[in-house]
Amino acid sequence: MEMKTEQAVAWIEKANALIQSNKEYLTELDQAIGDGDHGLNMSRGFQEAEAKVSGTDYDTVADVFKDVATVLMSKIGGASGPLYGTAFLKMSMTVKDKDPVTEANLADAVEAALNGMKQRGKAEQGEKTMIDVWHPVADFLKNGQNVQADKLEETAERAMNETKDIVATKGRAAYLQERSKGHVDPGSTSSFYLFQALADVWKKGE
Amino acid sequence: MKKVINQADNVVREMLEGFEEAHADYVRSLEGTTVLLRKDAPVTGKVSLISGGGSGHEPAHAGYVGEGMLDAAVAGEMFTSPTPDQVFEAIKAANGGEGVFLVIKNYTGDVMNFEMARELAEAEGISVEQVVVNDDVAVEDSSFTNGRRGIAGTVFVHKAAGAKAAEGASLEDVKKVAEKVVANTRSMGVALTPCIVPGSGKPSFTLEEDEMEVGIGIHGEPGIERKKITSADDIAEELLQKVLQDSVDFQGSEVAVMVNGLGATPASELYIVNRYVQKRLRDNDIQVTHTYVGEYMTSLEMAGFSITLMKVDEELKQLLDARADTPAFRK
Ligand SMILES: Nc1ncnc2c1ncn2[C@@H]1O[C@H](COP(=O)(O)OP(=O)(O)OP(=O)(O)O)[C@@H](O)[C@H]1O
Ligand SMILES: [Mg+2]
Repeated sequence: MEMKTEQAVAWIEKANALIQSNKEYLTELDQAIGDGDHGLNMSRGFQEAEAKVSGTDYDTVADVFKDVATVLMSKIGGASGPLYGTAFLKMSMTVKDKDPVTEANLADAVEAALNGMKQRGKAEQGEKTMIDVWHPVADFLKNGQNVQADKLEETAERAMNETKDIVATKGRAAYLQERSKGHVDPGSTSSFYLFQALADVWKKGE
Repeated sequence: MKKVINQADNVVREMLEGFEEAHADYVRSLEGTTVLLRKDAPVTGKVSLISGGGSGHEPAHAGYVGEGMLDAAVAGEMFTSPTPDQVFEAIKAANGGEGVFLVIKNYTGDVMNFEMARELAEAEGISVEQVVVNDDVAVEDSSFTNGRRGIAGTVFVHKAAGAKAAEGASLEDVKKVAEKVVANTRSMGVALTPCIVPGSGKPSFTLEEDEMEVGIGIHGEPGIERKKITSADDIAEELLQKVLQDSVDFQGSEVAVMVNGLGATPASELYIVNRYVQKRLRDNDIQVTHTYVGEYMTSLEMAGFSITLMKVDEELKQLLDARADTPAFRK
């Protein structure tokens, strides 16, 4: 698919819808192994991001992502605010001057986002954080040609579920050590919603 | 959930408004932000101290804004770190020209948001230094993980580094003192009941009538061990042992003690704990030079307390004794 500003805005709208309807669930996940604010943080941030991008006329996808980055950075707070903010900032920088954004551009953007998040949070794959979803998704996008939306969603979903068996070594859940096992990571779950929303927009564009 | 609030979404803003009106002789708000500044900020001729973090720890952090402690406090949502733009505004408004020192509690969110703010400020030519407080011995200290949490010991950093800054010390020297406090301070807490974040409306965990959670943090996150509740002396002993067995050698030295209530434990019970702590330290040839009993770093309506020991030398003793005039701490 190709992404134009309408698809970029639709992505954020869909992501927001998924986050709002799963707000309680994200909070429950964070109560099990964190401090129970992830649903609130994400709902506050994406609500504002959606309001911003739905009410603005954009020339480029990069501008959409930049606004999303700014809103998320200043509205989410917690650990996930700087991380999601960094992700959209890096994506914006990567797709600058690309119109429309191709699958290959998007793959580069997600990879840049992943690297930015790893640098900011000093986490690697396998530490029970959202990196565990972004990493396989970035790999999947990079290796695929004519990527299928279903497969994208599946990749993200599987990665999310696999965080259940990991013992956390980063984020708040790390304080629980062994007790963090057996619970899905909240940030990986919100990241899954983000890619589920992307897959949804993608399907419509195919 | 039973709480004295209007709307969950407005809790932090309304609290800050009420705080400002209650302590207008100490603080003023920074328009359009969740920052409370010293009334006379920016104060020139000294390093400016800024602390902050999620709300729900009152009187931390705004309660320590004033002479001899903080120049500004940045409030996040309940238990959620404030965002970089808010911290950045605080840095710009508090900076008196001698640089800004950030006191950060060791939580991933706080560290990332404050560091991003620091980068923004440095890009504008403001000198910024920081310390990350990690006094909680309940959590294993390992270079592979986040390391330990910052809890009540943070107040000692505010006091000592704030006094040092008030003396006119350089940014570098303020940082040295803050690092000395961090290196010599250890804490551990226990909870008897959980707390409820207004926005979620539910307790963050549940405890049976006869259970306690040992090694609790200050955000309602679970502790390290759940067990049957025992007597005040036994609980205090358990926490003290952990603190004393940790890497700071308190034996034969002088210490400052803080018995900190987490929000719903009455002062009477904190004094009962302090009674034991003092006796136990005396018996172990540890001399207590300063004692603080009360609510310094709370966790909403959680019942429970923490014990903090800071090993002190002449410099730290003198800094603890220096003048401080803030809403929640006076000397
Ligand atoms: N160092 C890190 N790198 C990448 N992701 C992280 C890191 N630390 C935490 N996370 C992700 O953030 C999620 C938690 O986000 P949340 O919004 O609840 O912030 P928080 O940890 O509660 O922040 P705060 O400490 O300020 O309260 C985790 O589930 C995890 O996926
Ligand atoms: Mg959380």
